[in-house]
Amino acid sequence: MFRFIVKRLLEAIPTLWALVTLSFFLMRFSPGSPFTSERGIPAAVLANLQAKYHMNEPLMNQYFHYLWDLLHGNLGYSFRFSDYTINQLIAQSFPISAEIGFWSFLVAVSLGVICGVFAALRQNSLLDYGVMTFANIGMVLPNFVIAPLCILFFSIKHHWLPAGGWNGGAWQYLIMPVIAMSTSYIAQIARITRGSMIETMHSHFIRTARAKGLPKARIVIQHALRPAMLPVVSYLGPAFVGIVTGSVVVDQFFGTGGIGQNFVNGALNRDYSLVMGVTILIGTLTILFNAIVDILYVFIDPKIRY
Amino acid sequence: MITNKDKVAAVEKFAEQVVEVEGRSLWQDARRRFFTNKAAVISLIILIIIAALSIFGPLLSRWNYADIDWSALSDISTLGRPSIANGHYFGTDPLGRDIFVRTMQGGQISLMVGILGSFVAVIIGTLYGATSGYLGGKVDSVMMRFLEILNSFPFMFFVIILMTVFGRNILLIFVAIGAVSWLDMARIVRGQTLSLKNKEYIEAAYACGVSTPKIIIRHIVPNVLGVVIVYATLLVPNMILLESFISFLGLGVQEPMTSWGALISEGAPNMDVAVWQLAWPLGFLVVTLFCFNFLGDGLRDALDPKDR
Repeated sequence: MFRFIVKRLLEAIPTLWALVTLSFFLMRFSPGSPFTSERGIPAAVLANLQAKYHMNEPLMNQYFHYLWDLLHGNLGYSFRFSDYTINQLIAQSFPISAEIGFWSFLVAVSLGVICGVFAALRQNSLLDYGVMTFANIGMVLPNFVIAPLCILFFSIKHHWLPAGGWNGGAWQYLIMPVIAMSTSYIAQIARITRGSMIETMHSHFIRTARAKGLPKARIVIQHALRPAMLPVVSYLGPAFVGIVTGSVVVDQFFGTGGIGQNFVNGALNRDYSLVMGVTILIGTLTILFNAIVDILYVFIDPKIRY
Repeated sequence: MITNKDKVAAVEKFAEQVVEVEGRSLWQDARRRFFTNKAAVISLIILIIIAALSIFGPLLSRWNYADIDWSALSDISTLGRPSIANGHYFGTDPLGRDIFVRTMQGGQISLMVGILGSFVAVIIGTLYGATSGYLGGKVDSVMMRFLEILNSFPFMFFVIILMTVFGRNILLIFVAIGAVSWLDMARIVRGQTLSLKNKEYIEAAYACGVSTPKIIIRHIVPNVLGVVIVYATLLVPNMILLESFISFLGLGVQEPMTSWGALISEGAPNMDVAVWQLAWPLGFLVVTLFCFNFLGDGLRDALDPKDR
């Protein structure tokens, strides 16, 4: 078991390297430069700027330089906000995204699983149809529609919540981003849970448990829930990525100042080091999360052995 | 003798009748099953109507998708309301352009991105998966390893980088979105191929000396087509959503052309004064996504051999 975990984590290293390399060269080969601006820059200033960012060296040197810095946990200076290092920018915005993401994830998983389980246990009842209708709607409503709808309802119509901002993560500022972020995942997880729960409840060991006369609550919680969670767990990897990507939308609408905003601004400004930094961070988290999901899978599914 | 002759005649007649009963192919079977599924058939009809509207709808209006109605421009929230009288059936956008025609034109783009995007994904995914599954062994594990690496990339970020650095080009959107979404397809097709490749007819083809690429194209791919079609249908709504996400970031199609996602992101900020700017494109988008989901479910019930 321990060996499997170590092996799974070691496997992530070449993936990470590929990620760094690909995003590095994608950025460098793209047309446009971070120093192009409407006003021309004097040649001497440009040369100085390029020297600061090692842009005057051959590409391979730049690449190895970047890798070397990266190994020391140094993501370099931002091209746009030249007083900041990328580490500072990320340290500023990442906790915000992490907090929104954490709550969204928690809400999505708990609500999704609860809705799905109840819908499955009362299959073809009114509750089931209600949950499934909600799930179908939630799945097709993009979060950039849910976000303004939230603002319209909670802030403009009723003045219950502030329309945007972060304010150190006070709960009033957290609610709408979490709603916008988690709706489609609640829907998706509810659908998956319902499907696999129905399948599990029809299996032989559940029939045996029933025949033994176990109370229904115990059958559901002790016997059915664990195998029914398998497809949900494997969905959590993609869901995590989606929640991270979703922060691009949430940051734009609610002005929360999370990492998504950094990324989009960075990409639009050709801020190489910022885009690279965010991509590497997100990529690392994604790879790590996929590994965790794989490891979790082993714990839940007794059929898988390593 | 006479009775005997009668019997012979009867048998012959019966034989003729039997000959007339034709066997049903997999596809006929699937079609029959599909048409008994009401939700899927209704979805298909609605989708055809939406597609036809998107293509021919602009002919019904006297406005063009890029035309600005100067008379409505002074006060969009009252003069730009939906009305039959001034020809703006769905109202106008903040620049006085007709929402009806723009929604239809956006529909063309969104549907095209959805369908062509999944087409790209299907072709890459099917060929990759079938090759990997059929060749097996070392090649298979290398190809699958590669897939796993790609799978842990934050691909949406690459799409955004692509769109920002190479400019907005519809063709590029198709390719970028399609190239990002073939991974699941490849995995599904590989799984199917693994179960197919030990079948007798593959062995027969191999024994006859059919070349490997030809076995994959002629014998493997047609037999995984059912599953492929189902997942392609389920991919289309995802593609449309991805495109609208890219459009929301302002990286989608180039103005004055538009797509549903672009219309929604333009309409969303104005929804408290001019709700029609959001409601119409959003309505079309949601209905289309709904229909594709139901269609996909219907096709899965009809085609997926596991559920039989």
